[in-house]
Amino acid sequence: MTDERVRERIDMLYRSDSRRVLATLIRLLGDFDRAEEALHDAFAAALDGWPRDGIPANPRAWLVSTGRFKAVDRLRRSARFDAAVEEIARHIESIVPAASDPPSDGADDVDDDRLRLIFTCCHPALNPDARVALTLREVCGLETERVAKAFLTSAPTVAQRIVRAKNKIRDAKIPYQVPSRAELSDRLATVLHVVYLVFNEGYSASAGDAVTRPDLSAEAIRLGRLLVDLLPEPEAIGLLALMLLHDARRPARTSADGELILLEAQDRSLWQRTQIDEGLTLVERALSSRAIGPYALQAAIAAVHAEARDAASTDWRQIVGLYDVLLRLEPSAIIELNRAAAVAMHEGPASGLALVDAILDRGDLTDYHLAHSARADLLRRLGRASEALTAYERAVLLTTQEPERRFLERRIDELRRT
Amino acid sequence: MKYLCLIYNDEREMGTMPRPDGEKMMAEYFHFTEDIKKSGHYVGGDALQPSTTATTVRVRQNKVSATDGPFAETKEQLGGFYMITAGDLNEAIQVASRIPGAKTGSVEVRPVRVFAQQ
Repeated sequence: MTDERVRERIDMLYRSDSRRVLATLIRLLGDFDRAEEALHDAFAAALDGWPRDGIPANPRAWLVSTGRFKAVDRLRRSARFDAAVEEIARHIESIVPAASDPPSDGADDVDDDRLRLIFTCCHPALNPDARVALTLREVCGLETERVAKAFLTSAPTVAQRIVRAKNKIRDAKIPYQVPSRAELSDRLATVLHVVYLVFNEGYSASAGDAVTRPDLSAEAIRLGRLLVDLLPEPEAIGLLALMLLHDARRPARTSADGELILLEAQDRSLWQRTQIDEGLTLVERALSSRAIGPYALQAAIAAVHAEARDAASTDWRQIVGLYDVLLRLEPSAIIELNRAAAVAMHEGPASGLALVDAILDRGDLTDYHLAHSARADLLRRLGRASEALTAYERAVLLTTQEPERRFLERRIDELRRT
Repeated sequence: MKYLCLIYNDEREMGTMPRPDGEKMMAEYFHFTEDIKKSGHYVGGDALQPSTTATTVRVRQNKVSATDGPFAETKEQLGGFYMITAGDLNEAIQVASRIPGAKTGSVEVRPVRVFAQQ
């Protein structure tokens, strides 16, 4: 094999396996930073040695044991070498056999390490923003700059969050382990929430020039698939289904010039059929379990939309029913608002408006732009133009996303002209 | 009588203190500890990791919640403490969640600092 080909192979291996190797190195070395250095050293050693010696039979096992060796090496050469450091070095050496005798690279061990990494990055004792940043950085391998760009913050802010989280993991001794059965459902909920946040930011950017950030949604779906592979719990399956069904609408959600198109006006022939089919199969799987959770229910709602030819022929009654169940499981004003929109489609705008007004009168969602734009839309459909105008203006003031603002302003212009 | 002496300091100031000043302060602490050991006042004491390593544990409706950060409400006041030993933070959270006060108030869990052998 030419040097060029070997390098390409190493590049590919980095993309496909570096996170797996890292997850195992964190377990073996007991420290995130040490593991990242070791990962880097191992790939550098591969670039140096493989063109000459050939690619080992099990490259991943080679990278793990080389990384471990390099870490021990670094420790022994470190300036503050003392008895304590020697103890760490000995401990690391004692866990794995020598590199000439590569460790068994059982798929189960590797999978466990990946789950350990996910659960550690999403530990509830870490700051919620840090969980998202750490997961994208460590589990997905996104550079700090990309994480920062995705969440419209500065790279130093993200870097600082990640450093703080890693320090807490080390200093407070957050264990590198998959939670026990008893803790699993609570802990998995935290993990799924992180994936959901990443997806939502990708599906509907909270601010900025574009409606969506496809790269973030793709990362979230990748994480979702990984979780379903490693831990096929009903809610993990439900979340993956939800993401796939929503993401399938992406090509229809914006016009060629980047303008927002609402669900009812979307050209459904643009929806991605293969993703929908996969999503529908997963929804059925999630709903067939005894424990139906909020993600499976939201996926079921998305599935009803996916199966309808257009907004008019959608089974709105079923959607309202699913929202009712969802609200019992997870009372939330935003879900109530979505339910009100479905009621408006099923029973007419007046019924929907009464529900939206009730939410706003309670003092909930008064600063949420979508509550005001939903209200404005219902008023418009009821022919109450001047009230609709006021509500649209309120929504414009509250929105931070450019395409959304332009959409609302187009509606305001239309109302002013009539 | 036993008394608990709680030491409050600005962490940022402590963190940016020049090395000689830090060493001087450490020496003062060692000296003080030795002193009160000799005088019979000493029962126990430890330095804590910075508040960035803290986790606040609460139990509401039988559900344990652990959140990042030190206890920051001003409505409640310090009412007691336990020094516990645990294998890792998960175990410490489990123990802390069994403290009766966690059901009505909050329990801040902070790792103790271990100094390198002098």
